Amino acid sequence: MTVQEILTAFTRILRDLLLDDSIVLTMETRREDIPNWDSFNYINFIVAVEIEFGVKFKIADIESFANVGMIVTAIKKMLALE
Amino acid sequence: MLPTDPAFAMQRTAPRPPMMSWLPTAADFRGDLRAALDNTKSADSLEHLASLAAHRLGFLETVQLDRAFCQLGLKEAPGFFSVRLAILASSTVDHLLPAIRVAGLRRRLSIDVQSGAYGQYRQDILDPKSSLYLFAPQTILFSLTAREAMAAVPLTATAAEVDETIGKSISELRSFWRKAREICNGVILQQTFVDVTEPLFGSYDRFVPGAPARVVARLNDLLCEAAAQDGVLLIDVARASERDGIDAWFDLARWLQGKLEIAPQAAPQYGEMVTRILAAQSGLSKKCLVLDLDNTLWGGVIGDDGLEGIVLGEGSAAGEAHLALQRYAKQLKERGVILAVCSKNDNRTAEAAFRDHPEMLLRRSDIAAFVANWDDKAENLKAIATQLNIGVDSLVFVDDNPVERARIRQSLPMVAVPELPADVAQYVRCIADAGYFEAVTFTSQDRHRAQQYTENAEREALLGSAQSMEEFLRELKMSVLFGPFTPVDRGRVVQLINKTNQFNTTTRRYTSEQIAYLTNLPGVLTLQFHLLDRIGDNGLVSTMILRPAADPEDVLEIENWVMSCRVFGRQLEYEAMNIAVEAARRCGIKAFVADYIATSKNRVISALYPNLGFTASNQTAPSSGATRWFLDLTDYTMFETHIVRAGAA
Repeated sequence: MTVQEILTAFTRILRDLLLDDSIVLTMETRREDIPNWDSFNYINFIVAVEIEFGVKFKIADIESFANVGMIVTAIKKMLALE
Repeated sequence: MLPTDPAFAMQRTAPRPPMMSWLPTAADFRGDLRAALDNTKSADSLEHLASLAAHRLGFLETVQLDRAFCQLGLKEAPGFFSVRLAILASSTVDHLLPAIRVAGLRRRLSIDVQSGAYGQYRQDILDPKSSLYLFAPQTILFSLTAREAMAAVPLTATAAEVDETIGKSISELRSFWRKAREICNGVILQQTFVDVTEPLFGSYDRFVPGAPARVVARLNDLLCEAAAQDGVLLIDVARASERDGIDAWFDLARWLQGKLEIAPQAAPQYGEMVTRILAAQSGLSKKCLVLDLDNTLWGGVIGDDGLEGIVLGEGSAAGEAHLALQRYAKQLKERGVILAVCSKNDNRTAEAAFRDHPEMLLRRSDIAAFVANWDDKAENLKAIATQLNIGVDSLVFVDDNPVERARIRQSLPMVAVPELPADVAQYVRCIADAGYFEAVTFTSQDRHRAQQYTENAEREALLGSAQSMEEFLRELKMSVLFGPFTPVDRGRVVQLINKTNQFNTTTRRYTSEQIAYLTNLPGVLTLQFHLLDRIGDNGLVSTMILRPAADPEDVLEIENWVMSCRVFGRQLEYEAMNIAVEAARRCGIKAFVADYIATSKNRVISALYPNLGFTASNQTAPSSGATRWFLDLTDYTMFETHIVRAGAA
C-alpha cells in the first residue's frame, strides 16, 4: 500500500467520522487543523483505522503521534512486518 | 482475499468485532447517508436514516449515522417512540451513546440518552441538584465494572468471606436502584459484570473463591438474584462477551487510554442489546415466527422431490440442521411465540409433510396459521397477521430465498427478515442472535399462549358453521372471572398491559412496582378479567385501572384499559364496563372520565367509548391526539351480553 493510498483511506475515514466531506488529510495535518477532531474523535479515528486495516497500534505510539504522517508511517511499518 | 495477502494476515492480529449477521448489508451506505441528509423535510430524513439503521453497521457506520441523526435535532417525531435514558457508569461510556441512539432508530425509538462523568454516578444519584435529576430520565441504566467490588476481596478469602464482601457492594447497588426508582418511573436496567480478568492459577482458579474470575462470577450470581427480586432488568453483557469472545468486547488499550470498559468495536452490539430491552418493555418485541418450508424447515423441494425425497432428520448432517431449526421453533413456541407457515407450495402436499413425515418435529397443531399457496408472500404475510389478529410488524419472516426476502423487505419494511446465512447449519444461530423475541417476563400465560391460538382456530371454525354472530356467541357459552389485581398475578397484569398495543386506551406502560403501588393506593379501583368458553380458557385477557380524578371526588378516571386481541368481538368490553360500573357504584362513584390517546396501533378502539355510551367531555384532553370522554353512572343501563359472571378471579 502506498503512502497516498493510506492517506486517501484516512481522509475517507475522517470524513465519515466527522460527516465533513471538505476534509483533506496530508502527511503534515495535525489534529488541531481539523475542526471537531477532538480527543474523543481521535480515539474513534484510531479505532476505525484499526478495524479497517486490521492492525493494533501500540499504546505508546498512539500517545506520541504528532501528525497524520506519523500514523501513516506506523501503518506502513506494521503492514510491511507481516 | 488470499491467505498469502499480507492484509489477510494483519486482520488476524485485530479481534473480530461482534457482527450483526442477521441484518442485510447496505449497498451504498455512504451515498445513502448523504442522500438522507439532503431531504428537505427532516421527518423524511429521519425515515431514511431509520431504514439505513436496519442494515448491518460496523463501528464507523454507526458513528456516522448517529452524527446525521443528531444533526436533524429532532426530539420528537411522528411514528417514533421517545425515550429519555440516563446511564450511570463507573467507566467511560460516551462512545456507547451513538450506538444506543442508532439501535433505537432501528426499532423506531427516538432515544435521548445522557451519561454523567465516569465514576461520578454516586454523586449524580445522591445529589438532587445533579444533571441526572434535571434530565428527568424515564429509564436509568447502571453500567458498572467489577473492579471496585473486586478490589475489596483478598485472594485468600473463603467463599463465605467473598459473599460477605461483595454482598456489601450488591446492597449498595440495591440502594441505588431504589434511589433510581424515585427519579424515574420507567424500568431500571443493570448491566452484568464483564469478566476482564486474567487466569491466576490457571484451571485451578475454579477452586479458589478469591480468584479474580471466581469473584466476578459470584458477583454476577448475586447481582442476578438481587435484580430478579427487585424487578430490575438485565443487560447481559457478560453472556455476550462469552458468546463473541472477550477480545471482541474488551480492549485493554482502550481501558488504559480512556477507561473504556466496553470496547468501541462492540458498541453497536451493546446498543442493540440495550434497545432490545427498551423495545420489549414497550411491547415492541416480535410475536410470531413465520417459516418457509422448502430448504428452510427441510432440505429440498417437496413438490419436486416428494415426501420421501426431502432432507430431514438423522442420517444427514443437513437433515439434522433443518431438524435443529424445527426444534428451536418448537422451543420458541413453548415460551409463547406464535408459529406460522408461509410457503409457495400446494397446500395438501405441504400439510402432508407435517402429518406423514416421520422425522417432522413440528406438527400441524404447532402452527397457528398455515398458508401454502402460489400467491405473493407479502399478501400472505398480511393475511397471516389478520388471521392471528396481530400487527404485521409483529412478524419475523424466515426464508432461505434471497428474492423472497428482498421482496418482503421492500413491500413490508416493518416485517423483520433475517438475512439467513448460506449454510443451514447457521440458521438457528442467526435467528437467535437477532433477538427478535427479547422478553422481560415469562409467565404461565406464555406457556399456554400457543395452545390458546390453536383453540382460537377451533373458535374460528365454530364461527364459520354458526348461522349468525349471535348464534356463535351464544354457542361459545362464555363466562368471565374478574376481580382486583392481586400480588400473585401481578406479573401477568404487567405483561398484558405492556405488550398490548391495539386495544389499549392510553398506551401507558407500567412497571411491576408501579402496579403494586397503584393497587394499594386508596380510592384506586383495579380490575382484571379472565374469559372462559366451551373450547378453553382464554386466560387473563383484560385489565382496567381507575383512579380518582383530580376533582370532584365522586369521579373515577379510566387511566388505562387493555384487552387482548384474542378476544375481540366477544362482547367482553361491554361486560367489563358493566362490572366496572357496578364496582364503582358500590364505592359511591357517580361518573367516569376516560381518555382515548390515539396511536398508530389502537385505531381499532377509536369508537370504543362512544359505543359504550360515553359522551365527549367538555374538559380538554391532556395531549394532542387524545380525546376525553365522560360517562354518567347514575343513568347507565347494563348492556346485555352472552357472557355470564363466573365470580371472582
